[in-house]
Amino acid sequence: MIKLENLSVKLPGFAVRNVNLQVAPGEFFALLGPTGAGKTVVLESIAGLLHITAGKVRVAGRDMTRLPPEKRRIGIVYQDYALFPHLTVMDNICYGLRYFNQDTKAARQRIGDLVDLLGIAGIVHRRPLHLSGGEKQRVCLARALSVNPEVLLLDEPLSALDPNFREDIRRLLKNLHGELGITFMMVTHDFNEALYLADRIGVMRQGRMEQIGTTEDVFLRPATPFVAEFVGMKNIFEVALSGQQAVFGGLNFPMAEPGGDKRGVLAIRPEDIVLQREDGFEGGFVRYAGVIEQIVPAGLWHEVSVRCQQALFKTVIDRKTVLSQGYGEGDAVFLGFDKDAARVF
Amino acid sequence: MAVKCDDGKVGAAGETAGKRRVSLGSPFLYVTFFCSTAVLLFIVMPLFQMVSQPSLGALHETIRDPEVLSSIWLSVYTAVIAAAIAFVFGTPLAYLLARHDFVGKKLVESIVDLPIMIPHPVVGIAILSLLGRGHPLGQLMAKVGLRIMGSVTGIIVVLTFVGLPFYLNAAKSGFESVPVRLENVSRSLGASRAATFFRVTFPLSWRHMLGGVIMCAARAVSEFGAVVIVAYHPMIAPVLMYERFTAYGLKYSQPVGVWLILVCLLLFMALRLVSLPSKVER
Repeated sequence: MIKLENLSVKLPGFAVRNVNLQVAPGEFFALLGPTGAGKTVVLESIAGLLHITAGKVRVAGRDMTRLPPEKRRIGIVYQDYALFPHLTVMDNICYGLRYFNQDTKAARQRIGDLVDLLGIAGIVHRRPLHLSGGEKQRVCLARALSVNPEVLLLDEPLSALDPNFREDIRRLLKNLHGELGITFMMVTHDFNEALYLADRIGVMRQGRMEQIGTTEDVFLRPATPFVAEFVGMKNIFEVALSGQQAVFGGLNFPMAEPGGDKRGVLAIRPEDIVLQREDGFEGGFVRYAGVIEQIVPAGLWHEVSVRCQQALFKTVIDRKTVLSQGYGEGDAVFLGFDKDAARVF
Repeated sequence: MAVKCDDGKVGAAGETAGKRRVSLGSPFLYVTFFCSTAVLLFIVMPLFQMVSQPSLGALHETIRDPEVLSSIWLSVYTAVIAAAIAFVFGTPLAYLLARHDFVGKKLVESIVDLPIMIPHPVVGIAILSLLGRGHPLGQLMAKVGLRIMGSVTGIIVVLTFVGLPFYLNAAKSGFESVPVRLENVSRSLGASRAATFFRVTFPLSWRHMLGGVIMCAARAVSEFGAVVIVAYHPMIAPVLMYERFTAYGLKYSQPVGVWLILVCLLLFMALRLVSLPSKVER
C-alpha cells in the first residue's frame, strides 16, 4: 500500500537518507525511534507535506512523489491534535467533506456512523478548547477518517494523553484498525505501544532505517545494538569474541556458533534474567555468581543490579520474590538466563 | 473558608490565589511604582494640557472651518487607503515570511523594517527623487497622469511607505501564531493552499491583521516630516497644524490637534472593539 524507494528529505540541520519501506494493505505499521530520528519526517513525506529531495513515494500503486497533499487522500493525526479551534467538533469532522466529491447524503450518514463508532456524539456541538485529551484525539481520528482515506498516518497519537486516556485510545486504535481494514502507520518512541498495536515495525535512528521486521522479529532478534537497547535490552556489554566464547568483564558467554575473533556486543533483557540463592538453573541456562549491588523499588517490580566480576547486570524481579527471598544489597546470588535470550552482535 | 490569623484579623482563603501580593515596604515595589507613574504622567500630561487648553468656543469655531474639516478628512482617508494598500499587498509577504525559510530571509526582514528607522524627511526626499520628474520612473508616471508632487497620490504613497512595516510585522506574527500542523491537516483533508488560507489561517489570524491595519493607519495619520516634503498641499491635518503654528502661534494650532485626536480616538476604538474576542471564543 505504501512504498518508499530511497526516500531522502533534507531539512535545515537534519536529513532523512535512503529510506526504503513497504507497507502491505491493511497492515498496522509502527515507525519506532528516539526523538529526532526522522520518524515524523517520513510520515509527513508520505502525506506530501514536505519537499522530497530524492526517491519516490508510492501509495496504492500510484507515484505520489510530486502530488500535493490535498490530492492524496491520506489521513493524518497529530500528537497535539491540531483541531481547528475556531470550529465546532462537528465542523472539524466535516471539514474535508466538500472536497473529493463527497458532500453527499451517504457521506453524512457515514460521518454519523463514525461519530457513533468513536463515541463522541455527545460533544459534536462543543469547541475543541473545552475537550479532554481523550476526546480531542477521538475527534482527530473522526476528522482524519471522514474523507475515507486508504491510509491513516498517526504521529505519536498517545504521547500527549494522560495514562488512563492512553489505555483507552490505544484500545480504540486497535479496534478501529480491525474494523476499518485500512492501512495504519504510526510513529512512536514507545516500544510497548508498537508491541501492542503493530504488525510490523521499522526502527529509525538519525535519519536512517536501522531495522524493519515483524514486531516479534524486532523484539526477539534486534539487528543492531541500538535496536537492542531501544527494544528494552538494557544490559549491553562489549565483548571480545574468540572461537565460541564471548568474553566480557571477566565472564564467559558460550555462543551457539563460532563468531570469529573480533569485538562485539552482547545484549539481554533485564526481565529475562533470573536470580537464585543457590545455583539451581536448568541445563540451557548460562549462570554467573555475583553480589547484589542495589535494589530500587519501582512499584510492583524491583530493579535489582547484580555485579558479576566486572559486569553489572540490570534485572527486574517482582516484589513478592524479593520479599520472600529476603534479598538485600550485598547478598551473594546466582544469576542465570536462557542462552537464546541473549543476542550477540 | 475563613482563616483566623494570629493578629485576630480574618483573612480570606482565596488570598493566595490570583496575583502575588508583594509585601509593603519593599524598595523594589516603590521603584516600580515611581517609574510607572512617571511614565504615565509623561505621556498623559502634554496631551491633557493640549486637549484642555482650547475653549469650547474655539473648538466649535475650528470644526466649522472648511480648511480644518477637509484637512482632517484628508488625513483620515489617506491613512485608511494606505492601510488598505498595506493589507492587500503586504499580506502575501507577511505570510511568506512567517511560513518559509529561505536564503536571505534575515535581509528581507531588515528591509521591511527600514521605513521605521529612516528619518521622515529622508523618506520624503527618497520618494521624490524616485518618482519626481528627474527619474525615468517619475517621468513614466507623469505620462500616465500620476502626479506625486503635491497630490493626494503622493501623500498615499508616502503614508504607505511609512506604515507598511507596522502592518507586515503584525500580520507576520499573526500567521506565526497559527500552528503549521493546522494547515497540514487542512491540506490532508483535501483543501488547497488557498482554501486552507481562507478557512484556517485567516480566521485564526485576522485579529492580528486588523491590529496591524490599525497600527499602520495610526502611523500614517501621525506622519508629518515625509508628507510635508512630498505634498505641502493638499494639506493633511498635521501640516495644517504646523502652518497655523508657524503663522499664528500655539493657540490657533491646538484646536485642530484636539479634533484630530478625537476623530482618531473614535476610529481606533471602534476598530479595537471589533477585534475583541467574542465570549464564545474565550
